[in-house]
Amino acid sequence: MRYNKGAIMRSIENAYIKDNLPTFDTGDTIRIDYRVTEGERSRIQAFEGVVISRKHGKNSARTTIIVRKISFGEGVERVFPLHSPLIEKITIVRRGRTRRAKLYYLRELRGKAAKIKTDVRRQEQDRAAAREAKG
Amino acid sequence: MKGILGTKIGMTQVWQGDKLIPVTVVLAGPCPVVQRKTEERDGYNSIQLGWQEKRLKSANKPELGHVKVAKVKPQKRLVEFRDFDFEANEVSVNIFEEVKKVDVTGLSKGRGTAGVMKRWNFSGMPASHGVKKKHRSPGSIGQSKTPGRVYKGKRMAGHYGQERITTIGLELIEVRNDDNLILIKGSIPGSNGSMVIVKESRRKVN
Repeated sequence: MRYNKGAIMRSIENAYIKDNLPTFDTGDTIRIDYRVTEGERSRIQAFEGVVISRKHGKNSARTTIIVRKISFGEGVERVFPLHSPLIEKITIVRRGRTRRAKLYYLRELRGKAAKIKTDVRRQEQDRAAAREAKG
Repeated sequence: MKGILGTKIGMTQVWQGDKLIPVTVVLAGPCPVVQRKTEERDGYNSIQLGWQEKRLKSANKPELGHVKVAKVKPQKRLVEFRDFDFEANEVSVNIFEEVKKVDVTGLSKGRGTAGVMKRWNFSGMPASHGVKKKHRSPGSIGQSKTPGRVYKGKRMAGHYGQERITTIGLELIEVRNDDNLILIKGSIPGSNGSMVIVKESRRKVN
């Protein structure tokens, strides 16, 4: 019997894909509003940092991202399933220009050396789009 | 016992609330009922299901004669399910609608000739402290003059995999009637594309 594995997998996974996520790539600084449940109560926690890796496919429901930030002088990384229902919102804070897809080298760098240059061109594009949206 | 034949498609993940569940996707049925065995005639009750149609050209005469009674096409594989009360002529995944747990049987991936560490989860030997060229070997395989032989069934290196394995008590996550798909939590035996037997679990559901 013939079957199309990709089509079957997509028919299961695509239900979870969120279409309201902004497009961003490694090097961009983003803020993730993440729902945290403590006992009975749940609240939104923000995690802001540089995206250092995107894994498991370009536009797949299984895509995960690693976000890195420096918190009180200590590097903190979190892995987020991009299409997690716990992610309320993703905001792009800054566009960064990188020459690599995975920025693991940032882990070895401290201070100014660990800075990513702003991608001025893309940032301007964002601003222009925002102006347009406002009208 | 309720059961169906299917093809292992592969693994993926689904969200259940805010939990990410690993699932194996099985394309199952519809399977034609090829033969019915009854207590009076055969000594036990069972139905025989077929998995994947065969080309007429590649079926031999006994096979053609066998499927002729049920008026179905020759099948690549035939599997019997004992005490499976089923009236219709085709088994679909909808038999699992009320089922919570399943047992899955398949032919495990072949590993060829494997050492004791892979095959029997032995610990091997230390990487250092004077161990030379014996890091993955089994060590002692018995005693001395008494008994003077190696016990039968001693676990040693050899052919591993490509054997019939049943994983029991797997949680059934979803049944998709329209696409003939079932989603089972966790992994199941065999390589992608191989035949699997999915049965209602013989383990009691608490």
